[in-house]
Amino acid sequence: MSKNIKFLGLLLTLIIIFIILLKGLNVSKDYSNEKLKSKIDFSLNAKKLFSDEIINISDLFDKNSPSVVNIWASWCAPCREEHQFLMKLKDMNINIIGINYKDSPKNAKNFLSSLGNPYSEVITDNDGTKSIEFGAIGVPETFIISGKTNEIIKKYIGPLTNENLIEIKNLLKKNA
Amino acid sequence: MSNYLGNYSLYIALIASVYLIFKSYLDANSENKYLDKNFILITSIQTIMITVSFFSLVAAFVISDFSNETVFNNSHTLKPLFYKVSGTWGNHEGSLLLWLLVLSIFLFIFLLNSRSQDTKYKLLTILFQQIIISGFLVFILLTSNPFKTLYPIPREGLGLNPILQDPALAIHPPILYLGYVGTSIIFSASLASMICGNIGDKWARHIKKWVLVSWVFLTIGILLGSIWAYYELGWGGFWFWDPVENVSLMPWFCLTALLHTVIVLQKRNSFKEWTIILSITTFSLSMSGTFLVRSGILNSIHTFANDPSRGLYILSFLFILILMSILIFFFNQNKISNTAKENFILSKETAILVNNWFMMFFLSVVLVGTIYPIFLEVLNGSKISVGPPFYHNLLIPFLIPFLIFMSFGPSLKWIKDKLKKFNYNILIIFLASLLISYVILTKTENSFLLSIPLIVLSIYLLLVTIKDFFVSKSSISQKISHFGFSLLITSILLNGLFSNEFNSNMKVGDERIFNEKVVKLKEVNVTDVDNYKSLKASFEVTNKNSSFALYPEVRIYKQPLTITSEADIKTTLFSDNFLVFNILKDDGYYNVRYQYKPLMIWIWISTIFIGFGGLLSVIRKNEQKY
Repeated sequence: MSKNIKFLGLLLTLIIIFIILLKGLNVSKDYSNEKLKSKIDFSLNAKKLFSDEIINISDLFDKNSPSVVNIWASWCAPCREEHQFLMKLKDMNINIIGINYKDSPKNAKNFLSSLGNPYSEVITDNDGTKSIEFGAIGVPETFIISGKTNEIIKKYIGPLTNENLIEIKNLLKKNA
Repeated sequence: MSNYLGNYSLYIALIASVYLIFKSYLDANSENKYLDKNFILITSIQTIMITVSFFSLVAAFVISDFSNETVFNNSHTLKPLFYKVSGTWGNHEGSLLLWLLVLSIFLFIFLLNSRSQDTKYKLLTILFQQIIISGFLVFILLTSNPFKTLYPIPREGLGLNPILQDPALAIHPPILYLGYVGTSIIFSASLASMICGNIGDKWARHIKKWVLVSWVFLTIGILLGSIWAYYELGWGGFWFWDPVENVSLMPWFCLTALLHTVIVLQKRNSFKEWTIILSITTFSLSMSGTFLVRSGILNSIHTFANDPSRGLYILSFLFILILMSILIFFFNQNKISNTAKENFILSKETAILVNNWFMMFFLSVVLVGTIYPIFLEVLNGSKISVGPPFYHNLLIPFLIPFLIFMSFGPSLKWIKDKLKKFNYNILIIFLASLLISYVILTKTENSFLLSIPLIVLSIYLLLVTIKDFFVSKSSISQKISHFGFSLLITSILLNGLFSNEFNSNMKVGDERIFNEKVVKLKEVNVTDVDNYKSLKASFEVTNKNSSFALYPEVRIYKQPLTITSEADIKTTLFSDNFLVFNILKDDGYYNVRYQYKPLMIWIWISTIFIGFGGLLSVIRKNEQKY
């Protein structure tokens, strides 16, 4: 009898693990899903890179039009690569908010002073938790966020390309 | 041409597999005394077919046949020949084909090597091994066929990820797979012996070879992966607790436990059920590793493939295998004859049991750290990131009792040992290690209370294992492996304690002073090499009375456009000086990271010792019976 209970218990545990892992497979499918409609928690506080002042991130977003959030670090080579595209976005008068991921403030400032600063504001994310709140899995990542509804309209994993740039322009026009 | 050859030989191998499954099942139920000659024949045909298939993929890579989709996606005509060949297994499809190749070759060797074994046992091992082989064959043919053709034929391939173009990584997957796949033989053989009811000292002696072989390959495979991460990723560490690294470490803990348990089974004929459970778990962990890496369920810098339909298949296959093994275990449990003898607290058996507890604890910590984020995300949608602090906080304190046990466990006698009279040797060694630790610890400022017992005990263990070379009667292979392990722990601890680094932006001609050393950037040369553009910097590091040069490099690859940093590392017996730089912009400034890492080379050397001990035990036939 006790052998059967052991067996059934083990079987049940296995089935539960199986179901969870099965669900996990689908979760990771949603991960890069382009139409993910999750919201950003606007009550988040963060420290500014240049002034060390702590602010509420909702102040950074334009309430009437979508903004671009870019997660970057000075040590990340692909970020360097995509920087030129961010500069182009800035030239189109687009509000870009930078999240500086696990970086030393000194290197980050050096990076921006040498390559140009495309961001309207940069907040620091020393331990990577702010980026997790945004659902990021690494650097660089770029989000288009609606100021009205706090929703993520679109998410790009990895460095931006020229094609993405055109897409972002169209998206912002559509959602303005 | 090679596409058709590769593809159809896989189908022939599948037919052979199906035939062998039915034939072995039928024969196992009959009372045949001898193994049908067809088994060796069909198995060799299958092995040859899979080898042909594998080498036709290698050939496609070598001649850059871009009508093959896998070659098109992962190769390029400009790539050096060595990386064209290693590109074969540097991708999802090819690596699975390699898995399959090793699976079939191992089964073939197993058949040749176990002539003296019972026929039914051999038949059942073939049955289980063929179930695994057919599972992989179907998986490859359905979801990851490496021989898909492209038309029109592209003129140029998309290239291989440049961070994978490294000699250590080129041979890392094959070695690691030899370890993983070796556990499949242990799995099949233990299920077969469970049904035959022949688990005992004889079986232990027979399976121990396979345990050792898999363990040696797994150890060396993990070492190579770690060396690659250290030299190529340019982060200056050798272990990042990345999920993909963890999945290779988990079967290693389990296999290490099994390696010790199987010795108890051989000498004392006990721990029967535990041996079987460990065999099943080790293989399940190896398979889960494949699942976690290949399904894209983990998000890690190492996961290069991402396809949920593949994940679904491996997950189902994995659970069918686990379910099958649990059923077999429970319904044949009564066949295990109870030969367990009385265990005394102070005996080698108990010491090995304690070793197993520790291995299981380390395994659970790593398992939880790797799997829990996935579970949490499914259960309540929250994302957590488990990093090195979690592992360090949970593992390091438990090293203290582990080191204590390891210092006396191996020298205990079988059955029952006595507390001896006070041993002056031990006292002298202990005092010596106290003294050495004191000298070491006064040289550092960043020591914590915890690091004192750790350093003392690791040095104590190191001295004890050295002493064992002269006095202990245990086998030479065990002495070498245990010595290697204590050296590894000592090197890692001292390396962690004394490492330091600086990070700065420099332009040509700049100097930075760091820890009484002057680091100077002398020049940067730009050159064009076959498939990338190279920026080679020349640094000079001047010490009080000596100086040396370091030449780190930034490579800008053309296909696909990727920038990688090649660190330059000056290695001596005492320390590594690690320098890596990055381009900032065209204004002449470079981001420079310099690291001083003591005893780095001993981490590699000690792991080689650990593996070498195992290897010696495989080769030496007349291994002393201790």
